[in-house]
Amino acid sequence: MFAEVPLFPEQASTTAERVDALFFFLCAVTGIMAVSIALLLLYFAVKYRRRAEDDRTPRILGNKRLEWFWTISPMFVFLIMFLWGASIYTSVAQPPPDAPEVFVIGKQWMWKIQHPDGQREINDLHIPVGRPVKLTLTSEDVIHDFFVPAFRTKIDVVPGRYVHTWFHPTKTGRFHLFCSQYCGTSHANMVGSVVVMERAEYAEWLDSHAEGSLALQGRKLFLKLQCITCHSANSQARAPVLEDLYGRTVNLRDGRTVVADNGYLRESILYPEAKVVQGWESIMPTFKGQVNEEELIRLLAFIKSLKPGRTPVRTEDFPPPLGAPETPPGGNPKPPQAVPTNRPEGKSNRS
Amino acid sequence: MSSTITTRFVPQAKARPPRAPEVNYLNVAYGVKSWLLTTDHKRIAILYLFTVTLMFFLGGAAATVIRLNLMTPTGELVTADTYNKLFSAHGIIMVWFFLVPVVPTVLGNFLLPLMIGARDLAFPKLNLLSWYIFTIGAVITLWAILAGGVDTGWTFYTPFSTRSARTNVIPTIIGIFISGFSSILTGLNFIVTMHRMRAPGLTWFRMPLFLWAIYAGSIILVLATPVLAVALILIGVERAWGIGIFDPELGGDPLLFQHLFWFYSHPVVYIMILPAMGVVTEIIPCFARKNIYGYEFVAASSVGIAVLSFFVWAHHMFVAGQSVYSAMIFSALSYLVAVPSGVKVFSWTATLYKGSVSLRTPMLFAVGFIALFTMGGLTGLMLAALGVDMHVHDTYFIIAHFHFIMVGGAVMGYMGGLHFWWPKMTGRMYSEFLSKLAALIIFVGFMLTFLPQFVLGYLGMPRRYHVYPPEFQILNVMSSAGASILAVGYVLPLFYLIWSLYGGKPAGPNPWGATGLEWQTPSPPPPHNFDETPIVTTAPYEYSLEETDGVG
Repeated sequence: MFAEVPLFPEQASTTAERVDALFFFLCAVTGIMAVSIALLLLYFAVKYRRRAEDDRTPRILGNKRLEWFWTISPMFVFLIMFLWGASIYTSVAQPPPDAPEVFVIGKQWMWKIQHPDGQREINDLHIPVGRPVKLTLTSEDVIHDFFVPAFRTKIDVVPGRYVHTWFHPTKTGRFHLFCSQYCGTSHANMVGSVVVMERAEYAEWLDSHAEGSLALQGRKLFLKLQCITCHSANSQARAPVLEDLYGRTVNLRDGRTVVADNGYLRESILYPEAKVVQGWESIMPTFKGQVNEEELIRLLAFIKSLKPGRTPVRTEDFPPPLGAPETPPGGNPKPPQAVPTNRPEGKSNRS
Repeated sequence: MSSTITTRFVPQAKARPPRAPEVNYLNVAYGVKSWLLTTDHKRIAILYLFTVTLMFFLGGAAATVIRLNLMTPTGELVTADTYNKLFSAHGIIMVWFFLVPVVPTVLGNFLLPLMIGARDLAFPKLNLLSWYIFTIGAVITLWAILAGGVDTGWTFYTPFSTRSARTNVIPTIIGIFISGFSSILTGLNFIVTMHRMRAPGLTWFRMPLFLWAIYAGSIILVLATPVLAVALILIGVERAWGIGIFDPELGGDPLLFQHLFWFYSHPVVYIMILPAMGVVTEIIPCFARKNIYGYEFVAASSVGIAVLSFFVWAHHMFVAGQSVYSAMIFSALSYLVAVPSGVKVFSWTATLYKGSVSLRTPMLFAVGFIALFTMGGLTGLMLAALGVDMHVHDTYFIIAHFHFIMVGGAVMGYMGGLHFWWPKMTGRMYSEFLSKLAALIIFVGFMLTFLPQFVLGYLGMPRRYHVYPPEFQILNVMSSAGASILAVGYVLPLFYLIWSLYGGKPAGPNPWGATGLEWQTPSPPPPHNFDETPIVTTAPYEYSLEETDGVG
């Protein structure tokens, strides 16, 4: 019966190996401490058991040298534990720069995933083996947590901001994906799988699920939302050029500087007045409520992909979305021909 | 250390024949009114004993349904919503209405004035008021839980609690908010009493270490509880009026809540464990018939824990999205707070050396405490390691860890204390056999319940899961089986302790041959505690001094 008891989780990422090594070290050290104390207690309790009701004991008040020893010496052991743990943590906080970025959105109660090439999935994440993958995560509602036990990776997915993690799978297979931050009724059903595939298999999967890259979807959105009207990258532009912006340091009007990362771009779309670029007026309307988390991710992917000179030209006509800025598109010679019908009769309409 | 001792401890009660006093605090007055309007700290302790015992069994009932539901991976017993309300109720009741108050309000209230040779606490009426405030808070919270329930967990994480939860969040936090004042008032009362009312000769370094622990715990209560009150009010404000504080939709910061909450809730862990450590520090010297090994270090470690407990809160947030540097600082500080706990464990163990060890019931609980608390503490070292916490955070590993501290530690210590001072409180002895059996059953049941949860956690089973993948079932069944044993262990004392009131042998003033002023007055003590104010001339725990010479 006990042969079926699972004792140790599968090890399927480079981080898993490092975490387990530290865990075994901790088990060994704390195990030695626990067993020594238990044996001492047992030994003393037996050896010095009360033999007669009027037993007498020596008056021992302590030994300062010994007490200082057991106060100070654990700190050296703790220092090793601390440094080892911190080194794993810091490397998990820094994704390898070349890792492809997959976006994950948590919502009650599902995981929505968007691949860089536009593939979308729910509660499943397909990734190739032997290559690091970076995740950028956010939540639409409450705090969730993206937890893959086989990778020993866990990160709280907080609404209103992007968090990052990454992993380097070392083994193919299907692994549990859990939400491990309590998020309401179906918290326990907010589960899925991470499917790690051979490279060739993965390429096949990508092809069969292609929907046009995220950046391409973002480009369409960029035009549809009329962003192009102001961020037109030409001489009449009323807003900063977005080409080659991602990752650059931006000077703000109030003298601060900020690195144009996902978080900054997200904030600038939702709360444009929060950080205004030096030399520009704060005229951008908020897009809060008009773009959802998924659309934000597509816009970000587009901005990230925008190389110098590649800002699209406004060629197609899109109906302006509800609540879009009312200024007419720049460079358009004809104002919309709305013909009011209730003109006073006596005045001529010609000019 | 080797100051001159002018009076000597007389072991055993043989010096004074066991004689029940004619008037004691129990028979001095009768009737419900005499209890509900009492200002006697001993009677108030008994009032608290009733209240917290009731809360313990209510919280335990919730835990029972939780464990039954987890016997199957599909969670057949209750719905997901009911399950979420059950673990919330279990946490809320156990933390705020049992673990935080239990040792200070029951044992602390009863013993503090006795141990310092005082007639009562500094503010007896305030003490009664604390009980009323506590009871009102408890009634409101229970009402909120029974009339619909609350499903946020005991942690009330935002924005779930302010935006998403559709349950009785506001009534629950009002109940907890109110009971918080009881904590603050009790803490203040204890601090003032210890400063102002110690018997002549009872210097700080002659105080029993239980009082050092109670003192350190009281400081935490007074300083940390207001922060909880603030956090709860802010939840109410955001939930009721949509004022954005924590919800990013409204311009708030969800992590701010976690900072506020854990700034209270980490120190509060030490409010639970410190007094229990104090209890164990009284029991061990008595049943080893030895001085405590390293009095000053043990005393200082209580204060050290209290101070450091305020600087480790963000170790609950290593995966919550705080900066790497902040995580590293809190990891390092978390290791520091383990040092004073280690000092205590080493001192308790060394106290047995060359002692005369008698494994009576309180001692069994105390030894059980050391074993379980040590395991809880050592697994805490694993959690403080950032790399490992990343994996086991929010899994059953955490559940197992804090149950080792809070149940294996605090509850075990409380049970030890209850058995140690029961003869003093009631004047009666309980069944030695049944009580030893209970200690054994609790220890075994506890290990069976929570050891499998460490494995489950490392395998990756998240906490607060109503259903789970089938491969986790066998460990969950083991845990539930252990819980049924544990339940027997907790119900058993209810019977033999109540039986002892009617059929127990008279205890006499000092059945264990203990030092300490509380043992020098009859059991149960008279309403005024001492006929004449005692004068203290020695350090506590002088078990080795004999009528003849004898210096070790």
